[in-house]
Amino acid sequence: MANTFVKIASATVGSGGSASMTFSSIPSTYTDLCLKVSGRVSGSGYDFRLNVHLNGNTSGYTQRAVFGTGSSVFSYSASIAGYAASLMGSSGTANTFGNAEIYIPNYAGSTNKSYSVDNVTELNASTNNRLDLLAGLWSNTSAVSSITVTTEDGTAFVQYSTATLYGIKKN
Amino acid sequence: MTTAIEVNCATGEVVERPLTTEELAQREADAAAFAAAEHEKEVAAAEAAEAKAALLAKLGITADEAKLLLA
Repeated sequence: MANTFVKIASATVGSGGSASMTFSSIPSTYTDLCLKVSGRVSGSGYDFRLNVHLNGNTSGYTQRAVFGTGSSVFSYSASIAGYAASLMGSSGTANTFGNAEIYIPNYAGSTNKSYSVDNVTELNASTNNRLDLLAGLWSNTSAVSSITVTTEDGTAFVQYSTATLYGIKKN
Repeated sequence: MTTAIEVNCATGEVVERPLTTEELAQREADAAAFAAAEHEKEVAAAEAAEAKAALLAKLGITADEAKLLLA
């Protein structure tokens, strides 16, 4: 069977917490990238932004998204620097982690870069859950060689949060 | 102290370091941009609700009666 989904690298947050995780020197030998984040942030509240900065760049991003909170559904358009997903803060059930999957097709190509995201702020409770589906565009034709995931200002990824980067091959 | 984790995919080296002044400033700027966008959405939603209420009042019908008309 073809080895089409290859783990490139991963990062795990230590006891002090971290504001960001960066993957640099990403090889250009895959067709797509998939970044999976399992995390929780230190801020007091239920959902906090997770931003993705490609090549360290914080401009040129636009988003279209729908999200549900359990009782309501919303949609929006935005132009927020690298906004990709939401993760739960310290108000959620203890020791539960949300997750996000960020998929970047044709990351090494010379066209603008799109990305898709699905995420949940999983907290093992019937309220304050949030599910997001997001389509993002980075209007930049550079090949993606680094990815940084950051938390909202004033917060940090808590211990045991992880980010794992996978490369996707055609065959 | 807030740190950043860096993973070099070519070498596998992992470094954890303090945030730089520029990175701290960028985080503040991101937060301000997000707050501004959220405020814009709230204002737009409030304006839409106000316009809807004004139209219903002008027509002299309730929201439920408007739904019946559109059903």
